[in-house]
Amino acid sequence: MSTDAASTVKVKVATCSLAGCFGCHMSFLDIDERIIPLIDVIQFDRSPLTDIKIIGDCDIGLIEGGLCNEENVHVAQQFRQHCKILVAVGACAINGGVPALRNRYSAQECLEESYLHGLGVVDAQIPNDAELPALLPKVVPLQSAVHVDYFLPGCPPPADAFMEIINAVLQKREPQLDYATRRFD
Amino acid sequence: MTDTLQFFIDQQAVPFQPGQTLMQAAQAAGLYIPHLCFHDGLTPHGSCRVCIVEINGSIRAACTTPATANLQVHSETSALRTQRRQLIELLFAEGNHLCPSCEVSGNCQLQALAYDLGMTHYEFVPLDPHRQNDGSHPDLFIEQDRCIFCELCTRSAQQQDHKNVFGIGGRGADTYLFAQADSSRLADTAITAQDHAAHICPVGCILPKQGSYQIPIGQRVYDEQPIHLRGNHRPDEQDATP
Ligand code: SF4
Ligand code: SF4
Ligand code: SF4
Ligand code: FES
Repeated sequence: MSTDAASTVKVKVATCSLAGCFGCHMSFLDIDERIIPLIDVIQFDRSPLTDIKIIGDCDIGLIEGGLCNEENVHVAQQFRQHCKILVAVGACAINGGVPALRNRYSAQECLEESYLHGLGVVDAQIPNDAELPALLPKVVPLQSAVHVDYFLPGCPPPADAFMEIINAVLQKREPQLDYATRRFD
Repeated sequence: MTDTLQFFIDQQAVPFQPGQTLMQAAQAAGLYIPHLCFHDGLTPHGSCRVCIVEINGSIRAACTTPATANLQVHSETSALRTQRRQLIELLFAEGNHLCPSCEVSGNCQLQALAYDLGMTHYEFVPLDPHRQNDGSHPDLFIEQDRCIFCELCTRSAQQQDHKNVFGIGGRGADTYLFAQADSSRLADTAITAQDHAAHICPVGCILPKQGSYQIPIGQRVYDEQPIHLRGNHRPDEQDATP
């Protein structure tokens, strides 16, 4: 439980990267100095930016990346349970993106290519530690597992799109993505 | 001589010549009706349905409906906009449209229509097709999983290049594009990189082997202007020799 009284009035934001490359998080940070006034009104909960590992109740959850393994599904469900508004961030979250290029092959074929037959593989073996989450047969979009409230397309979405979604939530209005902030690449 | 023939699109008068379709007349008048499988100069195909308009309460394809005098056509209604967007979403779900890794991203008419119609995502379950690609031709590559089966390439090859190059086979989810050669290889057809058919695909299915990713982001066809202002164009459409 947080003991910071002031933080309770701030809008709580959680973020995570599932089957993504962290590029969307980097783009979020491209809001540059606009993060300074934001700090007065938002507080990060679970996020790679805070290193908090367990999500608490939040106003907005921003999920980068689609679902490629069982842990991704679990995290997506946790975000859905704890976030009033869930946002699919980036091409990977929205339709699998670049990781979904593996959908042409079976998960087993991908593992064999990476760990048995790939170029430069030494000590060939497929990792099978019980802690490693099992791969899903295909990389699937976030909205195939949980209800998503808003979608920020782009690879990555531009910083302005992140600002717009956060401002819309702060101002209790619908987000408006204009032509320049609604790209698929 | 006689009074100018005209019909109306969203209350705006559109002049037409007898024999023109709604789409041809609208295009000549500078009015944009969203479309993918229509190309002026090729016989209409009426397959993508993106050009749907409403006439007396029924839905028609503008590219196959003949213009008639004083017709009241509705095009930019919110219901039609939603239906067009859903058609685009279906096309995305039916192919492997992973734009960040696609050669034609920024220059793609399917993607541009998605932008213009406000698509951010789709809920349809992706079909994840796995069709045969074809890299046999020295200058062209076929990336089948992005084909939307508009048959612009088949019509362009026949009607502009006077060659049989492409065909569409199969049905439903198993529909596929094929090269008209005994070997089914594009290299064994008569197509050349200068043919119209090599410069007409509205998506990233028939690709030049050279020159991809060379236009900087910001200068691609649809980076600044939406398709309803820019029209359906490819950056290399001038490279086809008549
Ligand atoms: S959408 Fe692009 S930037 Fe974002 S995680 Fe996927 S690959 Fe990375
Ligand atoms: S063909 Fe168009 S819509 Fe499909 S992946 Fe390429 S850019 Fe995206
Ligand atoms: S290859 Fe291109 S032009 Fe030909 S049918 Fe497919 S999408 Fe249309
Ligand atoms: S443009 Fe009319 S059906 Fe395709």
